Amino acid sequence: MENLTVLSYDLRKDVIEIICAGKAGHIGGDMSVIDTLITLYFKQMNISTENMDDPDRDRFVMSKGHSVEALYAVLAKKGFFGLDEVLEGFSKFGSKFIGHPNNKLPGIEMNSGSLGHGLPVCVGMALAGKMNRQDYRVYTVMGDGELAEGSVWEGAMAASHYKLDNLCAVVDRNRLQISGNTEDVMHHDDLHERFRSFGWNVIDVENGNSIEQLDAAFNKAKTVKGRPTVLIANTVKGCGSPVMENKAGWHHHVPNEEEYIQIMKDLDERKEAALHE
Amino acid sequence: MSKIANKQMICEVLMEASKTDKDIVALCSDSRGSGSFTPFADAYPEQFVETGIAEQNLVSIAAGLAKCGKKAYAVSPACFLSTRSYEQAKVDVAYSNTNVKLIGISGGVSYGALGMSHHSAQDIAAMSAIPNMRVYIPSDHLQTKELVRALLKDEKPAYIRVGRNAVDPTYEEGTVPFEMDRATVVCEGTDVAIIACGEMVKPAKDAAAILKEQGISAEVIDMYCVKPLDKEAVVKAAQKVKAVITVEEHAPFGGLGSMVSQVVGSECPRRVINMSLPDAPVITGTSQEVFDYYGLNAEGIAKKAAELVK
Repeated sequence: MENLTVLSYDLRKDVIEIICAGKAGHIGGDMSVIDTLITLYFKQMNISTENMDDPDRDRFVMSKGHSVEALYAVLAKKGFFGLDEVLEGFSKFGSKFIGHPNNKLPGIEMNSGSLGHGLPVCVGMALAGKMNRQDYRVYTVMGDGELAEGSVWEGAMAASHYKLDNLCAVVDRNRLQISGNTEDVMHHDDLHERFRSFGWNVIDVENGNSIEQLDAAFNKAKTVKGRPTVLIANTVKGCGSPVMENKAGWHHHVPNEEEYIQIMKDLDERKEAALHE
Repeated sequence: MSKIANKQMICEVLMEASKTDKDIVALCSDSRGSGSFTPFADAYPEQFVETGIAEQNLVSIAAGLAKCGKKAYAVSPACFLSTRSYEQAKVDVAYSNTNVKLIGISGGVSYGALGMSHHSAQDIAAMSAIPNMRVYIPSDHLQTKELVRALLKDEKPAYIRVGRNAVDPTYEEGTVPFEMDRATVVCEGTDVAIIACGEMVKPAKDAAAILKEQGISAEVIDMYCVKPLDKEAVVKAAQKVKAVITVEEHAPFGGLGSMVSQVVGSECPRRVINMSLPDAPVITGTSQEVFDYYGLNAEGIAKKAAELVK
């Protein structure tokens, strides 16, 4: 098995290249969520270019659709399309590689972009699995700022009502949103209690940028019966370089040349360290 | 002449189809009673999903089900379905291209006395403006039966608006003219063309009878397929007559009248008069009282037509 932590730095570099090529993107959230995506696509889900139309495949919906650059990097690595295609097309006139997931691209199930849609859609997917007595699992990733959308809680309510233990949601808890700290914009510190009160199994992932911890949490979620599970993944927005880490301004900042050089250097150093861990 | 509400007919067609098709799923938002879907929920509990009073959830869940192979019919009052869950209809249904049929029950001013919160006089405009969303407004239960049977055969999104009450049928059992996405010519005429949809088709047909007595020949078109609008039928009718009247249970903007006017204006210019509800909260009353007040009845339509062709 490839060292996925090493891979996470390679894919972060791909994300930086995509963003710089398209002069657009949501860099901070890409960097916080990418380890979750890598864990799902390389450790957890039975999704590949071979089985993408198989009714028994696991399903994934990127509810925080603005972090699509991270998804592009992961899907390109999985072979759904070429990284060169993404670099050439991202955010360009007439391109399929737009700034949010769209299901005209192979490997993407649902279009997203507006927040608060992924979880309710996944409730439908998980319900279909139960109705058909299929064993596939359904995953979605939401941002923490996204939790202010009321539709998230409509979905959360239905997921426990229908005992959807085949559904696992992840909250990318990076504690920042476009206007600043989540706790200043709309507080979510009682997140665990909220989900519990909605009937969910809650797993706190202390380091949501640790693939090892995420993998263990997803494995644990699979053993829980009769209710859905949410992973509260405590992540660092901009994770990978001090240039962008924990800085609200990097929600959708495009690195300038100097920043680009420093970020790539930092990512290489961390990759090097991961190689020797 | 038997008459049942269009919503009841939708339920009956789906129940019949569900005998052999286990992928049909009906969803309600605490609306199984008002939607006449209790028989479906009782007969096919494993193919029925209750979301509670949560229309956004209703539509997103329907989309998720559809994405996994189900034929989802989301049944909820048109007033909520076309506004509260508008974004879910746009993103999860139309944009993601999921096989969801949105069934807007008690549409238009069916809930006449309940006030503007419960009226859906904007749904044609709103839903038609979404790319990849079709809009159907059947006129009676017989046409509704044909429409739902046709919709069961496709996998594309659609919004279907029906009224609350049973209405006098426009057609006769066994001889319902129906071709998917083609308007129905209810009667042919040469002086004026009346193009209507939904509950306005029957009064339009009755208006043609009144006009005939006055020596005026009226063509009546049932445009149940508001989107995709049957442009050919509009042009064909407009070419024969001096003027066109549209009649709809909808606000004056962005509905059937607007769409027909666009076609007539560009393809075969004629005078077009749009009969609709006002751009204002409508007066309190039963739907028939509301229609009568605004002249949306056989007499009102005939009067307008007679004035036009004078």
